[in-house]
Amino acid sequence: MEGMATKPIRTKRKSKPEKAHIHLRVNSEPVEVAFAPHKTLLEVLREDLGLTGTKHGCELGECGCCAVLVDGRPVLSCLALGIAVEGHEVDTIEGMAGGNKLHPLQAAFADLGAAQCGYCTPGMLLTAKALLEQVPRPSRDQIKAALAGNICRCTGYIKIYEAVELAAAWMAGERAEAPKESVYGWQ
Amino acid sequence: MAGNNGSKRAGLRVVGKPFRKVDATAKCTGETKYADDIVFPRMLHTKLFRSTVPHARILKIDTSKAENYPGVKAVLTGKDLPAAYGAMPVSEDEHALSISKVRMVGEPVAAIAAVDEDVATEALDLIEVEYELLPTISSMQSALDNPEPRVHDHGEFGNVHRRQVYEFGEVEPGFAEADFIREDLTFYEGSTHLALEQHASVATFSHDGKLTLYTCTQDLHYLHKALVKVLGLPASHIHVIATPNGGGFGGKCDPFQHEIVVSKLAMILGRPVKICLTREEVFYCHRGRHPCLMSTKTGFKKDGSITAMHHRTILDGGAYGGLGVASTFYTGTFQTLTYKIPRFKVEAVRVFTNKAPCGPKRGNGTPQPRFAQEVQMDKIAEQLGIDPAEMRKRHLVQPGSIVANWIRVGTMGLGKCIDKVVEGSRWNERFRKLPYGKGIGMACSGYCTGAQTPIYWNNMPHSGVQLKLDRGGGVTVFCGSAEIGQGSDSILAYIVAEVLGIDPFDIRVVTSDTDLTPVDLGSYSSRVTLMTGNAAIQAAERAKDLLSQAVAEKLEVPGSRLCFADRRVFDTENPEKGVTFIEAVWLAETKFGTLGTVGSYKPPAAAGKFKGSGIGPSPAFSFTAAIAEVEVNPETGIVVVPRMWIAHDVGQCINPVLVVGQVEGSVYMGLGEALMEEMTYRGNRNVVHKFPSFLEYKSPTTMEMCDINTYLIEDGDSNGPFGAKEAGQGPQLPVPPAIANAIYDAVGVRIDEVPITPDKVLKAIRAKAKGQEGRYGPSKFLQCEMPAPIFVPTPTEGGDGKPLQREPALAQR
Repeated sequence: MEGMATKPIRTKRKSKPEKAHIHLRVNSEPVEVAFAPHKTLLEVLREDLGLTGTKHGCELGECGCCAVLVDGRPVLSCLALGIAVEGHEVDTIEGMAGGNKLHPLQAAFADLGAAQCGYCTPGMLLTAKALLEQVPRPSRDQIKAALAGNICRCTGYIKIYEAVELAAAWMAGERAEAPKESVYGWQ
Repeated sequence: MAGNNGSKRAGLRVVGKPFRKVDATAKCTGETKYADDIVFPRMLHTKLFRSTVPHARILKIDTSKAENYPGVKAVLTGKDLPAAYGAMPVSEDEHALSISKVRMVGEPVAAIAAVDEDVATEALDLIEVEYELLPTISSMQSALDNPEPRVHDHGEFGNVHRRQVYEFGEVEPGFAEADFIREDLTFYEGSTHLALEQHASVATFSHDGKLTLYTCTQDLHYLHKALVKVLGLPASHIHVIATPNGGGFGGKCDPFQHEIVVSKLAMILGRPVKICLTREEVFYCHRGRHPCLMSTKTGFKKDGSITAMHHRTILDGGAYGGLGVASTFYTGTFQTLTYKIPRFKVEAVRVFTNKAPCGPKRGNGTPQPRFAQEVQMDKIAEQLGIDPAEMRKRHLVQPGSIVANWIRVGTMGLGKCIDKVVEGSRWNERFRKLPYGKGIGMACSGYCTGAQTPIYWNNMPHSGVQLKLDRGGGVTVFCGSAEIGQGSDSILAYIVAEVLGIDPFDIRVVTSDTDLTPVDLGSYSSRVTLMTGNAAIQAAERAKDLLSQAVAEKLEVPGSRLCFADRRVFDTENPEKGVTFIEAVWLAETKFGTLGTVGSYKPPAAAGKFKGSGIGPSPAFSFTAAIAEVEVNPETGIVVVPRMWIAHDVGQCINPVLVVGQVEGSVYMGLGEALMEEMTYRGNRNVVHKFPSFLEYKSPTTMEMCDINTYLIEDGDSNGPFGAKEAGQGPQLPVPPAIANAIYDAVGVRIDEVPITPDKVLKAIRAKAKGQEGRYGPSKFLQCEMPAPIFVPTPTEGGDGKPLQREPALAQR
């Protein structure tokens, strides 16, 4: 082939570390997985467990796309090592819906156009879920503070706040609808 | 082909209603497969070796060590992919891997395919490249000052890529008529899209010689054409699938090196090959906002009417052409849409520099001149002592007019937009009346709904739609449009559902697949809703016609009396008498055979008949008015925007909640450009990017984002599907100038450049306190020799849209 060397030169591959082998619970099910020990939780989820719903956007813990819940709390999976979750409970977007029923946050995000390109959505949803478990009826400022580590480039966040508020109302048993101006604009 | 039903119609069942997007549920459950989520057995991974120097000849590339590294399957260099390509036929100056020269830090020089990313990354260190360094062209100034060394051999001369000069009506007599003339200088810094999804592509090659490429592209048709050119395969053997884009904003329009590289590697190796760029590499892909230095000279009368405008722009294009020629045109095109400008002269220069190439970011070339124009409007109003909202309203372009540069404006709801934001913000009680440190400012804009001209010249449709109707009553819509989050897949379902009287979720949408779907030119220039929508209406009306004929025969009523609604086809005079939609399909298939229809759309011809007149005209124009409220801390210079009021003339909402979402997203992106986003380089340090990372390239989080009151004005345009016009780009344009004007209202200083960072505000406030001009912005324009303009008499002067040859003496003015 053009571009290939004519003179063979032997080069040794760097020695490969032995795989780590851990047990954990993912989306409420026991899982065991083996992977190169330097892998991040993000890589283990996406590459070794096939859970590609968790996204990546920055590699340094700034964008929030890779947020998952570890023992119910939001963790940036690009900054956590896979080996650090041995024995822990990890929740990803794939486990958020209960069976065939969407979580209220998922339904509210879908109804209000809070997911445009959808790439930040898994991280947003899980972070919002953790918030609502701590603060069932958060104020707008509490929502902003909770989601400050999740960047969205499409929506300007407004539809996301509104969806969190709508889901919170549903989860409190109210038959709420989104404010008219958030759906049709101000009159 | 053009035009469907004009303005708002009564009795719409789907259009105008806030249905869920057809892809929304999958996006909320993690099921949506983006390009990097695609995995194949035996898949290899690619890494690109990128230039560490900004400008150099390549003397030698030694890849032999890398080739022999265990796990490496192939190494490519420029000679494996020798054909040049580019998004526009006028500037095909790119190579998938550098051939003999590198023009920017980060340019791909070689590619490695290996068993995994770690191996490929390790092998990168084994590639050795010998460069002969060349002096760098680091800025507009250095490009104009240094004709040598040239970044490219093509272009006008030296490092000037492109010059465009037009004069619509003679401006000098216009300036002579003016009571006042202002000439203002502004600078708009470059910024990048920062889509959250990093570019990724996966290629497979079958042993019968067919290539399939899954990639996050906004323009799969143009990418398809580039692949044909570079790979040497027939188009029919290349299958491009655009995966759902995790954000586009214009950043995934150009064909990219990595897309070509993985395709070639798959062809050579006969195995699936993937690449996913790092965030740093995405910064090198760029194609974002051109840094623009602008001079805006405007003559005006005491009542604020404009007599002439002469707008000059210099654009820093970066290292390649890309879609930059179009961006350059757009810096001198849409000024005329909003307020009457009877005579208009534009001069635009795009230069090459050794930086990441610029291109089409949201608003492509128009946010910069709009910033210049709207800040100047505020200064004119201040100078004349007229309220800026009132002054703008007095001189609006009339609906249906052809403006000086031969753009035909259809419906024009800007007056209503201004009224809405003035009322909503209590402008009249607050403008120039708020305490020091608080302010309110206004700006307006207009934007196209799709470009009249395709990127390569042809007379075929811009958008095609096919419909398949099956015996179960299911309808499948096929269209080449690319979903980038704006809702283009859903628009197809809503429109077909509306026409056929079924539920949008009865419809399956198949898009962005060159094997399966008819061509649509892509997600750019705010064209998708209008063009695919019109094509979808035509296809659906044709299907409806077939069903009508069959049902009319069965029910023995005239076809004109049939109504399609609620999954039924029935007699409007006797609604009980009818058939289900499924039965209607059976009847039609029995009568006509297998059911399928097509629709296509091509924009109406441009009014102008001069070279370049195809850029600017559009089937319809959207209009926006925005008011920003700011709080400026005079001690720190920090600007906070608590709220914006924005009204957008969208023609007709196909889905209001999605339109509101587009407007809010536009405000967000405008806010980022206004206050913090900047794509800047260390000119004295090898022209490296200052901060190619998410951490340091600042963009607004929830803590910086403002509240928004969005108003939608529905003034249906006969060229739009159900009257719809664009919503995705136009609303961004007035945001930065509204903020700049509000800062003046708050603290009395003019910041004539973006981003408006605290240091600039503070410098202006301190200068003002010392009795100097309270302004921060450019102080001189750069000189570039310009050719005589293409002179076109305006419609009001009785022109016919053709250029006029002028006396040499006149031409030189």
